[in-house]
Formats: sequence, C-alpha cells, structure tokens
Amino acid sequence: MSDLKTQIIAQLNLQDVKPEDIADDQPLFVEGLGLDSIDALELIVLLQQQYKIKLSNAEEGPKVFRSVRTMAEYITAHQSRNV
Amino acid sequence: MKLLPEDIYITASCIISHHVVYKNEHAIFENKEPDVTAFLVAAYHHFQLQYPKFYKMDNLSKLGWLATELLLKDSFHAGKYQPEAIGVVLANASSSLDTDIKYYETAKDIASPALFVYTLPNIVIGEICIRHHFNGENAFFVFDEFDAGFMEQYVSNLINNNILQSCICGWVELLDDQYKTVLFLVEKGGSAPNILFTKKNINKIYQSENG
Repeated sequence: MSDLKTQIIAQLNLQDVKPEDIADDQPLFVEGLGLDSIDALELIVLLQQQYKIKLSNAEEGPKVFRSVRTMAEYITAHQSRNV
Repeated sequence: MKLLPEDIYITASCIISHHVVYKNEHAIFENKEPDVTAFLVAAYHHFQLQYPKFYKMDNLSKLGWLATELLLKDSFHAGKYQPEAIGVVLANASSSLDTDIKYYETAKDIASPALFVYTLPNIVIGEICIRHHFNGENAFFVFDEFDAGFMEQYVSNLINNNILQSCICGWVELLDDQYKTVLFLVEKGGSAPNILFTKKNINKIYQSENG
C-alpha cells in the first residue's frame, strides 16, 4: 500500500503530503484527505496508467476510492482477474 | 448639481517578472531558478503561504494567484467591502496556451483531467476568487500586449457605476518559461501617498521593473 500512496501523491500533486501521512483506512475525500471531483478523475487515470484497470462502472467509484485500502483491494482483485 | 465621480486610486501593486517579485515597486524576493514552476514554488515557500491547492494549479494560475496573495498582503482589508463589491479584471497575450499544449500532449495517451480544467485563461480568476471569497464582476481579456488605457477605462467604469468598489486588475502572462504579471489593487477614494488610477500611472508601474 506504500507504493500506492506514493503513486497517489505523485498523480494528484500533493506536495505537502508524505505517504506516512495517509492512513490505510483514512477517507480520501471531503473530511479525510480533502480530495475533490477532479482528483477522482485523476485516480481513475492512475488505475489505467499504472495498473491497466478501467473503472467501467462509475457507480463503483465512491466504494473503490473510499480509502487507500479499498483502492488496493480493488486493484488486487482486478489484477488477479486479468492474470 | 451633478456629483463628480470619486477619485480612484492604486493602493498597491505587485509585479512578478524575470525571477523577481516586487511589491509597490520594491523588490521583495529574487530567485534565479530558471524553471518557472520551481521559481513560483520557491516564492510560495519563501512567503510561507499555506494553500495546498497551489501545487495543483497550472503555471498561469500559480502566477496570478501568487501575485494576488502578495498584492493583498498587508494592503487590503477585505472586511471593508461586501464580497460582490470586489472584482477581478485580468488580461494577457497567450491565453491558456501554456497549459493547452501540455494538455494536448497528455491527450495523446490518457488525457489529464487536472490539466483540462486549466485550459481556459479565466480559471486563474476563479482560483483567486475562491481563495478570497470575491463574488464581484470579473473578466479576462486576451490582447497582443498590455493596454493600460483599456484597463483604466474598463475598471473605472465598473467602479464609477457602483458595480464594484474595489478591483484587482492587470496583466498575467505566461508561456513556457517566459512570464510577467503586473497586478494593481484599485479602490475608490483614498488619498496620498496612493497613486491615481490613470493610464500614465498604470504604465509607469507596468514598466517599473525594467529600471
């Protein structure tokens, strides 16, 4: 999950944030890391660029991007499905 | 008896150009960093500004936002005005071309949403208004070069017709590593040592960083 945190920081240009500042279960949006709707789109790009995963159902977004842990679980599930 | 319009004054100015930041025509920061992003981030750190969204902005917005922060610092009492009485009127020559080109490059692979939102020049006004909660009239013009006469007329008209009481106006130009912004804080009323908002005085300040 540490790599994923590093990728999120780079993708979203969160220059004042370090990977250790993001808790695994911390909400990414609003009251947590404070990400916005454009950041959500950038996270979709991150999944495509880094993991070749396309988020086909937009309604999955809030569940997938709830925290770093939910993102990691989604990536793991879809990577094993792609193998 | 017809009342004459109250005088309009430049109560502060800020210039960022050629690696130097000037406030009221005095150099307050210099950094020879050739990369424009690195220079703007260095200035952001030097002035200990706290606004994480700054890093996400494109360079044009970084430039305009930073200049506005320094323009208003110690010079502006926002409480004097209603949010809808404070406006922003800016102009430049290259529009958002700097970011348009970068966005076009990403679009060859996966288009970047974060860049796409900056592919209009007036987004810099949005960033300034969000930061300071300004709700007044705003406009962004694209001209070949800075036109002090137009700026004087346009902003004076807004103030004399009571559409605005205060306005941040000026030039915010950036393309590749070439940049120049000259911002004026303009307010109705005031007195010496403030400077009358005239074409001559606007041009004098605009050209002041050339020595």
